[in-house]
Amino acid sequence: MAQAQASKFKNPVVNWIDSRLPIFTMLDHEYNHYPMPRNVNYLWAFGAIAGIMLVIMIATGLFLAMQYSSHTSLAFDSVERIMRDVNYGWLMRYVHANGASMFFIAVYIHMFRGLYYGSYKAPREILWILGVIIFLVMMGTAFMGYVLPWGQMSFWGATVITNLFSAFPIVGDPIVTLLWGGFSVDNPTLNRFFALHFLLPFVLLGLVILHTAALHVCGSNNPLGIDAKGPQDTVPFNPYVTIKDGFAVVIFLIIYAIFVFFMPNYMGHPDNYIPANPLVTPAHIVPEWYFLPFYAMLRAIPDKLGGVLAMFGSIALLAFLPWLDRSKVRSCKFRPVYRQFFWILAIDALVLGYAGAMPAEGAWLIIARIGTFYYFFHFLVLLPVLGKLERPRPLPTSIAESVLKGGGGIAAGAHAKPMEKA
Amino acid sequence: MRALKTAILSAALALGIAGAAQAAEGVHIPKQDWPHSGIFGTIDKASAQRGFQIYKEVCSACHSMRLVPIRTLAGIGYNEEELKAIAASYEVQAGPNDQGEMFMRPGLASDRFPSPFPNDQAARVANNGALPPDLSLMAKARVGGEDYVYAFLTGFEEAPADVHLMPGMNYNKVFPGHQVGMPNILQPDGVTFADGTKATVEQQAHDVATFLTFAAEPHLDARKQMGVKVVLFLIVLAGLMYAVKRKLWSTLH
Repeated sequence: MAQAQASKFKNPVVNWIDSRLPIFTMLDHEYNHYPMPRNVNYLWAFGAIAGIMLVIMIATGLFLAMQYSSHTSLAFDSVERIMRDVNYGWLMRYVHANGASMFFIAVYIHMFRGLYYGSYKAPREILWILGVIIFLVMMGTAFMGYVLPWGQMSFWGATVITNLFSAFPIVGDPIVTLLWGGFSVDNPTLNRFFALHFLLPFVLLGLVILHTAALHVCGSNNPLGIDAKGPQDTVPFNPYVTIKDGFAVVIFLIIYAIFVFFMPNYMGHPDNYIPANPLVTPAHIVPEWYFLPFYAMLRAIPDKLGGVLAMFGSIALLAFLPWLDRSKVRSCKFRPVYRQFFWILAIDALVLGYAGAMPAEGAWLIIARIGTFYYFFHFLVLLPVLGKLERPRPLPTSIAESVLKGGGGIAAGAHAKPMEKA
Repeated sequence: MRALKTAILSAALALGIAGAAQAAEGVHIPKQDWPHSGIFGTIDKASAQRGFQIYKEVCSACHSMRLVPIRTLAGIGYNEEELKAIAASYEVQAGPNDQGEMFMRPGLASDRFPSPFPNDQAARVANNGALPPDLSLMAKARVGGEDYVYAFLTGFEEAPADVHLMPGMNYNKVFPGHQVGMPNILQPDGVTFADGTKATVEQQAHDVATFLTFAAEPHLDARKQMGVKVVLFLIVLAGLMYAVKRKLWSTLH
C-alpha cells in the first residue's frame, strides 16, 4: 500500500500537499536553509538581480504583447499606440526597453564576478556552462526583441545580423532563408521573431532553474574561493542573504528607475523612431550597446567568415574556461599576477565596446584588432600558461577564521528566530 | 559596500559606451535650455501652444503628423470646446456611406491630424523630389532631439563659396550633408501670436521644438512626476532594508 511521505509542516493544507508533492520541503531546503558562505560580498547579489530582471521582462512583455501587432504595416504604429493611447503603455514599454539594458548590466557584472573569483572551476563547470548558454539565449532574445518595433535600426540590425549566417559555407544561405522566411527581411521575419521573442524568455526561465539547481548542488563560491567546511563558515540563506540581496535589488531598481523615468531613450538609438525603410540605409548601423564588444570583433577581422567565427568563438570560448584555466586557486585575491590580467581583460572589453560604436576605419579599426587579438590571447594563452607559472599566495584554512579573526558565533538557524537575539 | 561601488562603477562605464554610440555621428548640436529638461521639468504649455500654431500655419503645409490624435492637445492646455473647434477646422475623409462612397466631414477630436498629401509619391512630386518627414516623432528621431530641431530651424544660411548646391536645395549648417530640400521657412513675424509674444525666428524655432517634444512624448510630464515618487519611495525602502540588514548581520560578528 502506498503511503504519503511524512511532512514536517504544521499547517494541515500545506502538510497535505507537501506529503504528496514535497515542493514546500524543497523550497524550505533550497531557500530557507541553503547555506551561503558568510563572507560573500554585494557582487553575489547580481544573480538575484538578474533573476528579478527576467521576471520584470516577462511581466511587462506580456502586457506589451497584448497590444502589439507583429505585421510590418502595423508594428511601428502599434508601438506608438502603446506609447500614446494605452493606459500606462509608455511605462510598460520604457520599463521593458530599458529593462533589456539593465538585464545585460546585471548579467555582465555577474559574469565578471565569476571570472574574478574563479566561480567556473571544479566542481562548478556545468553551472558555468549553463550560464554561458543562458547568456547566448539572452542575446538571441534581446536581438529579436529589438527588431519588433520595426524602426530603421530594427530592420537594418536584423538585416546585418541574419546575414552573418550566410558566411558559413554550404549551410549558410539555407539558414538565412530559414531565418527570414523568404528572400529578405520582411513580414515573415518579423512574425517569427515575435513568436520566438515570446518563447525564449520561458526557455531562459527553465535554464535559470537548471542553473540554480546546479548551484545548489555544490553551493555558492565566495570571495576567498575556498570551500565552506561547516556551519561556522555559512549563514542560512533566509533571512541573512534575502535581506542583503533585497537591499542590493532596491539599489539596482533606483538606477533602473532613473533611466526609465528621466532618460528613457538614452540607451536607445534615435533612428529606431523612424519607421523601417528597406530603401534607405542609416549612415551607421549600430547594434544595442550590449552587443558592441562582439560587433567590434566581427568587424575587426577582414574576412567575413573569420569575423563571424571570431564573434561566436568569443562566446563559445567561455564554455571551455573551466579547462583553459589551469590554476587550482579560484579567487583572484590569491593570484597576484592573474589579478592584473583580469583588469586588463575588463578594460579590453570596454575598449572593444567603444570601438564597436565607432566607424570601422582608421585608428578605431586598429584598436578593435588589437582588442580582439588580446581577448583571445587572454583566454587561449595567458590563462593556461599563468596557471602553471604563477605562484599563488597561501590560502586561508577556513572562511570563519579568515573573516572573523578568531571567534564569532555560529549563525543562528532559520528556526532560532535570530531577530530575538538582537 | 566596496563591491557595490565597483559594480555601480562598471555599470557607469558600460553606459559610457552607450553615450559613445551616439557621439559617433553627426555635427555638434548646441544644447538649449528647455523648461521641460531636468528631473522636475515640465512642458511649457504657452510655448507649446505657440508651437502648435506655427505647425498649423506653416509646417503642416508639407509635413504630416499622422500618429498624433488631435485630442492629445489637451495635454498643452486646450479645453474640450477648443479641441472640438481645432478638430472641426480640419476636413477628414470618412466613409463609406450607405451609397458606398467616401465623403468629407469636419474633423473630430478623436481624429489624427490629417496629412497634407495622400501618399509619399504625391509629397515628393509637390516638393521637388524631397519627402518631408512625418513630425510625430521628430523630437526623438534625430541625434540631439529637440536641440537638433532648434538648431536645424535656425541653421539655414548662405552656402559657403566652395559648396555647390544642387538645384532646388538649400544650405543648412546642421543637416547631415548640409543640403536640404526644405527652404528656410521661418521668417521674422511670419506668424502673429495670440499672446503677443514677438515672433522672432529663434522664438518660433524654440516654440516649434517644444511642441514637437510634446507631440513625440505626450506623457512626458506624467512620466517625470511618477518618476520622482518612485525614486523617493525606493530610496526610503533602501534605507529600511539597509537598517534591517545591519541589525540582522550584527548578530553574526
